[in-house]
Amino acid sequence: MLTELTEPTTLKASQPVNLVVNGTPLQLNLLPWVSLLDALRDYSGLTGTKKGCDHGQCGACTVICDGKRVLSCLSLAVSKDGSEITTIEGIAPEGDLHPLQKAFIEHDAFQCGYCTPGQICSAIGMMKEGKAKTRAEVKELMSGNLCRCGANTNIIDAIMEVQNQSVHE
Amino acid sequence: MEPYKSQIGQPVSRLEGHLKVTGTARYAGDYSVPGLLYGYVINSTITKGKIISFDTSRAKALPGVLEVFTHENRPSLAWFDLQYADMDAPPGSPFRPLQDADILYNGQPIGLVVAETFELARYAATLMDIEYEEEAFDTDLRSQQHLARSPKIGMATMLKPLPPKPKGNFEKAFNASPNQVSAEFFHGTEHHNPLELFATTTVYEGKGKLTIYDKTQGTINSQMYVANIFGLKFKNVRVISPYVGGAFGSALRPQYQLFLSVMAALKLERSVLVTLDRHQMFTFGHRPPTVQRTRFSADNNGIITALNHLAIGETSRFEDYTEVVVNWSHMLYPAANTLMQYKLVELDVYSPLDMRAPGGVTGMHAIESTIDELAHKSKIDPLQLRLTNYTEIDVSLNRPYSSKELRECYLQGAEKFGWDKRNPEPRSMRRGNKLVGYGMATGIWEANQLPAKAEAILTGDGKLKINSAVTDIGTGTLTVMTQIAADELGLPVEDVEFAYGDSKKPFAPIQGGSFTVSTVGSAVKAVGAAMRKKLFSIAKKMKGGVFDGADLKDVSFEGGRVFITNDRSRSVSFQEIIAANDNKPVKLSKFSVPSILKLKKYSRAAHSAVFVEVEVDEELGVINVTRAVTAVAAGKIINPKTARSQILGGMIWGISKALREETIQDDGLGKYMNQNLSEYHIPVHADIHELDVIFVDEKDTVVNELGTKGVGEIGIVGMPPAITNAIFNATGKRINQLPIHFDMLL
Ligand code: FES
Ligand code: FES
Repeated sequence: MLTELTEPTTLKASQPVNLVVNGTPLQLNLLPWVSLLDALRDYSGLTGTKKGCDHGQCGACTVICDGKRVLSCLSLAVSKDGSEITTIEGIAPEGDLHPLQKAFIEHDAFQCGYCTPGQICSAIGMMKEGKAKTRAEVKELMSGNLCRCGANTNIIDAIMEVQNQSVHE
Repeated sequence: MEPYKSQIGQPVSRLEGHLKVTGTARYAGDYSVPGLLYGYVINSTITKGKIISFDTSRAKALPGVLEVFTHENRPSLAWFDLQYADMDAPPGSPFRPLQDADILYNGQPIGLVVAETFELARYAATLMDIEYEEEAFDTDLRSQQHLARSPKIGMATMLKPLPPKPKGNFEKAFNASPNQVSAEFFHGTEHHNPLELFATTTVYEGKGKLTIYDKTQGTINSQMYVANIFGLKFKNVRVISPYVGGAFGSALRPQYQLFLSVMAALKLERSVLVTLDRHQMFTFGHRPPTVQRTRFSADNNGIITALNHLAIGETSRFEDYTEVVVNWSHMLYPAANTLMQYKLVELDVYSPLDMRAPGGVTGMHAIESTIDELAHKSKIDPLQLRLTNYTEIDVSLNRPYSSKELRECYLQGAEKFGWDKRNPEPRSMRRGNKLVGYGMATGIWEANQLPAKAEAILTGDGKLKINSAVTDIGTGTLTVMTQIAADELGLPVEDVEFAYGDSKKPFAPIQGGSFTVSTVGSAVKAVGAAMRKKLFSIAKKMKGGVFDGADLKDVSFEGGRVFITNDRSRSVSFQEIIAANDNKPVKLSKFSVPSILKLKKYSRAAHSAVFVEVEVDEELGVINVTRAVTAVAAGKIINPKTARSQILGGMIWGISKALREETIQDDGLGKYMNQNLSEYHIPVHADIHELDVIFVDEKDTVVNELGTKGVGEIGIVGMPPAITNAIFNATGKRINQLPIHFDMLL
């Protein structure tokens, strides 16, 4: 299914990559073609971030990188050297839940739960961007995160509840 | 003490919710195993023919590549078809990965690279030198319709009955009727595309023992499949699958990543993870393309006189996959003259596979669009036409329904939606530059129950544990089963643990067809009842004689105690009972089987009435489902919160089917062209607007002990026709090919 790639000059050219993931410094040695997503999942044991397409088409792999939501499957880990990454495992202190996590449970904003880490990280990033005010705008700016189970209305309900709370605080 | 509140009917939040929102729920590809190897699949690039040569040497030369498996070097495997058959196998010969040099369809798995890292395996898979000999093929259903034939009969036919026998004289009655409608429909291929990629992690435990984390809708189904093919002992194959990232039917059959991962693990004696990429997710089962023709007629009072429904579906060359497409209209409308026909065409594709409401959602679109057109032609309101032809019995099989509150669905749905504000004249309602249309349709899906077993253990702390092999594909099984068990013993849900998703646990069939709550739930209820009996019998023998002279019927179970219903002072706690049992937990299991003799006397189905508003941009043709109401009668609803989500999900699938998703096929190449999520469109958040769900009260004492009918499919079936009927009301155009795109309206 793949087109043949030109042979990399060497398969062993691993490079040191330093990341701070959920507050913990990680020193990795990675080939330049390892995505940030695989660096987290396969090389750091952080499997909370999901792979739904590996092509930037589904949003399942969304993490927060230096304060912004990014698709970790489209980012090469080496290009994020020195970055601070927050994944679903780190959005709330251990033993606690982020208000969005609580709202997702309350509103039944997932079924299989596979899109959920991406939806939550994306929503946190979106709220920080501060561009979406209305429900229609939230829906638009969350549209990069697919949900095949069709939890869409519950997901938006959960986000709106938290967004309104933070506006009124 | 507060009186015990029954757990049945409570909107309990998903019990695994915490794990899912924190990223700690582990799916099949999420297990870090020491020394794990990564497999990457090589797929055929031709559609039909043979592999002439397969040179893997360039890949094998790379340090870190352990092996490349092909048909030439695969280990020898089971021989008989039966050993490859699974619980959802249609009649025929199941596909065998890496069997021989033959190519049966485009994208067929023909090899597996196994390497130390995922990146290396993926790269090595590009270094194959493969020569093929190509043969002519056919993948186009529409051009091959003349080859349609009757399907073969097999085990699968039991759950998928063939069309009912003709009644009366269709041709004569149709021709004599003043109002006639004929229509032709085409539905293309669709792929399930659960968001989770198919993955299997096979952990090699040594000595022929495997622990397998598989993406599946049936742990025991995968276990049987692996044990049979690889000649392993059942007890040495353990399949674990508590979290499944969506499936929708795609994991009802073991898919090839399971086979390949196990094969590699056994041969290399290492643990192996094989994950399909999104492209490869289009190389196994799919919803088959289907051609349908309907001819319905009515007299001048709107009484339906004749029904003819023909469906021609696609199947592969090696199995006869069938669906129930044409049986539904006569279950709903009691015409005196009927002719139902269902045929298959063999093509050079992989076998189709059940996909959410298989057959039902295909057939109901044709049926309910034709009924809408019949109403339009007869100048009768579409809701009125359905009420005029309402039946309390299933005339297709001449037996009563176990329950049928469809009339209530119609009435409550119409009221909530505001159906009375509809103008029947197409193009008569507008909002600015948008044409507005109202459409409605009926939904129906059968309510089945299969055999299942459950085990219950009550421990010294008074807590209850229930074991079942069943999966939870996101439907809420864990939560609902916990509620059923809690209710049976009068416990709060916190005191019940439901352990599942493990082939080591008691038997559960594959999870699908909306039958899981009825099937596994009945077993859970039965084992709960057995537990009550057992606890009471121990309590009766306890010192002090609290229950002297009392019978099981005289006592109640609440809050971890057994007491005389009329005298709460005579009570014993679960802990005391276990203490009296020499501190041994009470453990028992129960097999529940449907009472076939009783069930045979009834038709059992869930029903729905769907009302939809669309807006269509008059100049651009852009279609938007602005609001929809689905009223559902599905028997007892155990958990209205998770059940509502199931219906909402089904409605969104309906929007997707009507307006978005399709697998585009190039019949010149014999292959699918949009094998990715940017070109295989499903609705995004911005596409989804107001959706409303009503559960109509429905009491059913026949279907099963719980009175449940299941809600997995009923949410989708009525949605596509309600949308297309609304588009007709908005634009005056009846488009019978899905999905409807804006250009079809221009
Ligand atoms: S996995 Fe990154 S967008 Fe789908
Ligand atoms: S909850 Fe399953 S994909 Fe969103």
